[in-house]
Amino acid sequence: MTRNEIIEKVNALLAEEFEVDAEAFTSNANVKDTLSLDSLSLVDLVALIQQNYKVKIPVTDLRTIVTFNDLYDYIESHQPSA
Amino acid sequence: MERRVVITGMGIWSCLGNTLDEVRNALYKGKSGIVFSQERKDLGFRSSLCAKIEHPDLKPFVSRNLRQFMPEEAQYAYMATRTALADAKLEQDYIDSYEVGIIYGNDSVAEATMHALDKFREFHDTAACGSGAIFQSMNSTVTMNLACLFYLKGINLTASAACASGSHSVGLAYLLIRNGLQDCVVCGGAQEANLYSVAAFDGIQSFSVCEDAPEKASRPFDRDRDGLVPGGGAATLIVESCEHAVKRGAPILAEIVSWGFSGNGSHISTPNIEGPARSLELCLKNGNVQPEQIGYINAHVTSTRIGDAREAQAIAQVFGGLSVPVTSTKSQTGHEMWMAGASELIYSILMMKNGFIAGNINFEHPDEDTACIHVLPETQEIHFDMFLSNSFGFGGTNSTLIVKDL
Repeated sequence: MTRNEIIEKVNALLAEEFEVDAEAFTSNANVKDTLSLDSLSLVDLVALIQQNYKVKIPVTDLRTIVTFNDLYDYIESHQPSA
Repeated sequence: MERRVVITGMGIWSCLGNTLDEVRNALYKGKSGIVFSQERKDLGFRSSLCAKIEHPDLKPFVSRNLRQFMPEEAQYAYMATRTALADAKLEQDYIDSYEVGIIYGNDSVAEATMHALDKFREFHDTAACGSGAIFQSMNSTVTMNLACLFYLKGINLTASAACASGSHSVGLAYLLIRNGLQDCVVCGGAQEANLYSVAAFDGIQSFSVCEDAPEKASRPFDRDRDGLVPGGGAATLIVESCEHAVKRGAPILAEIVSWGFSGNGSHISTPNIEGPARSLELCLKNGNVQPEQIGYINAHVTSTRIGDAREAQAIAQVFGGLSVPVTSTKSQTGHEMWMAGASELIYSILMMKNGFIAGNINFEHPDEDTACIHVLPETQEIHFDMFLSNSFGFGGTNSTLIVKDL
């Protein structure tokens, strides 16, 4: 999956799950603020990525994901090999 | 100090309608809310009958993050409670300034629990359950959600008593208010209507198999009854002390005169006569009400062979030769289970306020056990100013409430 494909699909998933217009998902926007995530709903982000990409984000790694770019990078670099 | 306890607001989300006007009209016309579900048939249900309940859209009212905590029945309860609070003219500003409690009946969250555990088993990771799973899958999910959404700061309690849950919730609220421990309590009952919630119930062959004519399937007291039909939704009543209601200028609909309860102390699913009869007798005694003062009995009966027979005999035992009109609104709604005790109070109050008794549809012939009471098969315009409502549940839990017009 190319990076553009990842961005397109992740944005669509996030927009549907968190009911936020995907236009707000700019590369440097803050993920938690944009999606209105609190300590509980952050779990839904982890579950969404896990269920769609088979990528588990540990808590220690979650702290490093601040922007949407960080999230795309994480998924891209942790994609299971084909 | 014993205080008078009144009902000042009602709201409902049911197969007969989602507004009080819709429900009143459906009751009057004898409309059935029962349908055939092909999905249930395809999945292997013995009986594919169920009540048809509209799924509410909470998006305009509750944010996405908060909706994550709400299973199906909490959503029904939210909609019913919005209506009830508005009906009682209980505004959020008032709730924020005073102590308003909540006691609600609920006794399962099967679908939400199943979905969460399915995710866990599929991904071998507890986080896969999602943020809402723990809050959705607890029996107290309705009270925990509604207390937070409406900022209720009084008692916060779920009554789990099988098919008497809704009735017990109102009874408990009545008791707390009567004794001065609370001034105002939101109470009611909620029932999930998804197929998973009743799959095991279908498994013990308790449901009607009259699939060719769904609207004829629920036939309480009738000779040809062959089982219940599962229903669902939610019903909310605002209960408060008369003094509190008058002080805040609330519309007063009716007064809760008495609550009676009992346990059968016998079989888990087969009721007896003595237990329900004691609930009825205690309710009359507690309220200092004579049987002849009761103008209508809303029976618990669900359209099962033994249950209907035993309740008919309990009513006959307590009311003797009095020909009190009796009906079961479950003939129209199916069995609303955890919700039923609360919804049937609303159905009965709507009848009392509008001068009619909804006919026990599908009652064509009594049998030797049910001929001992006066069942109304068709809607009649009858004035009554006091009624009695029964709710009984698995494990032999019985609850009876008496309500009078004001």
